[in-house]
Parts: sequence; structure tokens; C-alpha cells
Amino acid sequence: MRSLLTMLGIIIGVGAVIGSVSLTSGATKQVEDQVSSLGESVITVFSGNFTSGAMRGGWGSAPTLTVADALAIAGLKNVVAVSPEVRDRAQVLANGLNWNTQVMGESPDYPQIRNWGIASGVMLSDQDVRSLAKSAVIGKTVADQLFPNENPVGQTIRIRNLPFLIVGVLAPKGFNLFGQDQDDTVVVPYTSHMHRITTRTFVSDILVEAANDKVIDSVQKDITDLLLVRHRSKEQDFTVRNQLELMQAVTATSRAMSFLLAGVAAVSLVVGGIGIMNIMLVSVTERTREIGIRMAVGARAADILVQFLIEAVTLSAIGGSIGIVGGVGFSKIVAYIKDMPTVTPVTWIAIAFISSAIIGVISGFYPAWKASKLDPIDALRYE
Amino acid sequence: MIRFAVQTHPVIKLADIHKVYHTGEVDVHAVRGISLEVFPGEFVALMGASGSGKSTLMNMIGALDRPSGGNYLLDGIDVSTLDRDALADVRNEKIGFVFQGFNLLSRTSALENTEMPMLYNRHRIQSHEQRERALHALNLVGLGDRADHHPNQLSGGQQQRVAIARALVNRPTLLLADEPTGNLDTQTSIEIMGVFQKLNDQGITIVMVTHELDVARFTKRMVILRDGKIVTDELVRERLSAEEESNRLKQAQLAVKLA
Repeated sequence: MRSLLTMLGIIIGVGAVIGSVSLTSGATKQVEDQVSSLGESVITVFSGNFTSGAMRGGWGSAPTLTVADALAIAGLKNVVAVSPEVRDRAQVLANGLNWNTQVMGESPDYPQIRNWGIASGVMLSDQDVRSLAKSAVIGKTVADQLFPNENPVGQTIRIRNLPFLIVGVLAPKGFNLFGQDQDDTVVVPYTSHMHRITTRTFVSDILVEAANDKVIDSVQKDITDLLLVRHRSKEQDFTVRNQLELMQAVTATSRAMSFLLAGVAAVSLVVGGIGIMNIMLVSVTERTREIGIRMAVGARAADILVQFLIEAVTLSAIGGSIGIVGGVGFSKIVAYIKDMPTVTPVTWIAIAFISSAIIGVISGFYPAWKASKLDPIDALRYE
Repeated sequence: MIRFAVQTHPVIKLADIHKVYHTGEVDVHAVRGISLEVFPGEFVALMGASGSGKSTLMNMIGALDRPSGGNYLLDGIDVSTLDRDALADVRNEKIGFVFQGFNLLSRTSALENTEMPMLYNRHRIQSHEQRERALHALNLVGLGDRADHHPNQLSGGQQQRVAIARALVNRPTLLLADEPTGNLDTQTSIEIMGVFQKLNDQGITIVMVTHELDVARFTKRMVILRDGKIVTDELVRERLSAEEESNRLKQAQLAVKLA
């Protein structure tokens, strides 16, 4: 019972470390998965900001990007896929049901760029783009809302009263980093979007996929140079961003969070170590006679030192193990309740276990040293 | 000095031993020039009132403490010059301790208590050999069938037997007993003295500290101390046999019951 209370500090400390690390690295993993689900080597070109007098709009407020820009980018080195993107919200109807959703104008490269599969049917084709076809691919949410019990492929969906033929359904993708339902979407050819649904000459942004994440920086620079020339502007009227930057920003946040938690846990470990030192000091006093007996039958000072050190290390290592199990269990419970993924990195388990053993050595050393310095005669006489 | 016919080198050879404690301002001269030789096979009772210096002398004989002056040879080794670790090794190899309060480790079994000194042996002993030797020692004191009992499951006499087994397990040259019967009733005391007599008959050298004359009469030689000096050193006349005493006591108890 007393050993359990002694270990409690270590248990809580290690449990807190493992639990928090599991949760934060689970969150980081989730972010990474989402970012890579957007496509790791994807570069997004946003149009510039609109400036009227002293008032400046945000990114994308001024239409500067054109389809021609997108086609020019497609000709650059190390660019494997390009999709000019046009976004609009619209009421869509089918089957006597209606739903307000995001209608996206994209090129056939879109699923490849977004790492997005087709669940059934096919993706839009280049022919669809050229012919301004009234074809659409819908997301899972839209399919569920408008076609609860049937296969949407081959059916007709009305977007702003224009009938579009559903050629495919996208695979479910879930929520993105910002909590938006990515499946709540209808994708049509960008040409159809720009000429039939809306009347636009500019695109919202351009999605570009680089050959791999190593050439991202050079491709990004090439796009910037190209667009500067094409727009003949002194000021850069567009922005080029890539997913890695986004990912780094998000993981930096979660890393800061886990450092904070680890700091709190480290304090708890120190407190746990003090607890062990305290109980070991009490134990040395209580067992003075035992120490005397052991010395009388020939234990050297070093033997006594090692014995008490081992006891302290055992206590804190057991505490550490319980803490690891508890921390993993705690994170699993939180994961279950909050529906969050958790990942417990093996390195952290090792770190937690080793640091609890080291705390055992540090906090056990003084009591053990004190025990080993006892005089056998006094120790034997101790009541 | 008593001369023995046996011409072997002494187990204990104390030459003009002094011990001074520096406590506060006063120096306590606990032992003032003791010379003593104990030969193999002897059974010596070290007697004296409290304050006579017998405990101090025993601590030095037991290599728990070093003399302030004089020379002490234990089995030919000059103990007076050894450091802490070397003293620990000497205690481990040469001396078996039996204490008044048994001093067993309460959370371990009789067997484990008996094995304990072997843990500190400088030459590693295989665990199965440790077990064999501990069982053998427990058999010697008649407790072979209680090896797995814990001290709290044993009577005082049985606990002291475990302590004796523990003292014997490293095959010491000297068995050192400090008031071994001090916590025991008369009958159990006689039993324990019987164990010591039996061991002594097998050739084990025993030095026992006691203040009871009754107990000392089971030994072969009495050394009496007063004020840190030896005042009497003589062979025990009319030595008691534990076996006979035990029988006599039983008959007396029987007589009381019958009456």
C-alpha cells in the first residue's frame, strides 16, 4: 500500500507524459493524414488582393487568375497535374429533394491532385472540359442527401435549374483541417462552371501538383516567375502556397502543445522522485537493524548501497510501467469518447521508462548512501 | 593464562588491546589493556557486569570495531589494521554472529535468512549450493523441516536456532554469541546451550558473551571482565551438560504436575 502511494507521483507523471504525448501525436498524425490527403506536393495559387483606394481586400478578392494562366503552368517543368478551380455555392435538386452544396469547377486532374478516389462511375474527362459537358461527379454527402437509397450514377442532378448527368461518385474523404465536410460537394468541368452555371472569366485559384515534394520549392518559384511575366505587374497580384507549409504550421502548434504538457509532466516526475526519496529515507531508518544484520554477516557498504538503489529503481520503474499502461489506457479512453485518433510512440514509452528509472537512481542515491554509511554496531543496537 | 596441550595457532590472539571512545569532552576508556588467546575447539564465556567492557571487547573480536591500541590477530589475520570493506569480508568468512534479539529478517523464510550471509561472499556461490548449505545448517540445529517458515511462525528458541544456522552457513572459524539466551526462558535456554555444546563437540570454536553464571556453566572456560580488564580467566569446574539439565528440568516439572 505504501509502495503504491510512493509510486503514485511517478505513476501520475509518466501517465501524464504518455497520455498527453499519445493525444498530441495522435492529433498531429490526424493533421498529417489530412494534409497528405490534400496531396503532399500540391501547390495552390490564389489570386491577389483587391485594393480600392486605401481599402484592401483579402486574398482572392481580386480576380487575376485565368484559365490561360493554368494552362501555362501546366507547361512548366516538374508539373504533373493542374486544375483551375472555380467555387460557388448553389442549391442542387434531384429526385424531388434539394440540398445546398459547394459546386466546384475542376479539371479531370482534380482527383489525382487531391489524392481522391472515385467510389463508383468515372471521373470527368478532357472531352467533358472541351465540350462544356453537363456532367458532374458528386461527393458522398450529396449522394446520401439526394439519393438516399439508390445509385446516383446515371441520374440527373439540377444545378441552378440546369440538368447535369452524374457520371461518378467520389470516395468518402471526411472532414478537412478546418472542420469542413469535404464530401459535401459537386464537381463539374471548370468550363461548364464558368460558362453555364456562372459567367466568370477568372478562376478562384489554381491547384498544381509537383512531381514530388523535393521539387516543390523550385516549381513554386517557376510559377511565381511565370505569372509575374504573364500579368506584367510590378506588384505580385497572386499568392503561391504549398501544403507542406500548412502542415508545418499545424505540427508546430501541436509540438508546442506537447512540449508544454511534457513540461508539466516533468514537474510531476520530479515531485514523484522526491516522494520516493522521502519514503526511502523512512525505509532506511526503519530498517536500520536489518542493515546492521547484513553488515554484521559481511555486507560491504557497496552491497547496502546497491540494495537500496535497486529498491528505489524498482519502485520507480514499476511506477513508470504502471504510468505507461495508465497513460495509454487514458488516451484510449479519451480517443474512444472524443473519437480522436491516438498514437503512442514507442520512443516515448522508452523515454518514460528510462527517465523513471533514472529518477529512481537519483532519488534513491542519498538514502542508499546514508544506509551504507551506517556503523554496524550502532545499526545493530538501533531500536 | 591457561596453557593448552594443543599446539595450534590461536583463533583469537588479543595483545594489549585498548579502546577509547571520544564522546563529548570525556574520553571513555572502555577496554584497558586486554590480552587473550582462544584456541580452536574452545568454548569461552565472556562475562562481566554492564560497563565492564565486554560488549566493546566483543565488537572488536567480531571485527565490527577496531581497537584504539594493541594488536588483534583473528585466525592469523591482523584485524586492527583493516579498512571497512576488509572488515566486512573478515566478518563474512571468519565469524558467525548470534545475537540476543535473534535479528532475523522478518519478511523472509528461515531458509532465506540462513542463505543471507552467502549473498555477501566474495566468491560467488551457485544458488543450488547456497540452498544445500543452508538446508544442511538448518538440519544441524534441528530445523530442517521448518525451512520455509517465516520468523513470526517460529518460537523464540526456533528463531534463535535459525540465527545459529545462519551463523554457521559460511563455515566460520569462530562462532560469536552475544547473550544468545537473554530473550529465552530457562528450558529454551538450556536447549540452545545444548545446540552450542553439540556444535562445540564437533570442533567449532565458540565465544559467548553473557552475564548469567548459569549459562556460563555450560561453557568450558570463563573469562570475567571488570572495568575494561580481565579479572578472572579459568576453566569451568563442574561443567553442566545441556542434555542432563534438560532431563532434570523435565522431571522437576513432572514432579510439580504430579504433586
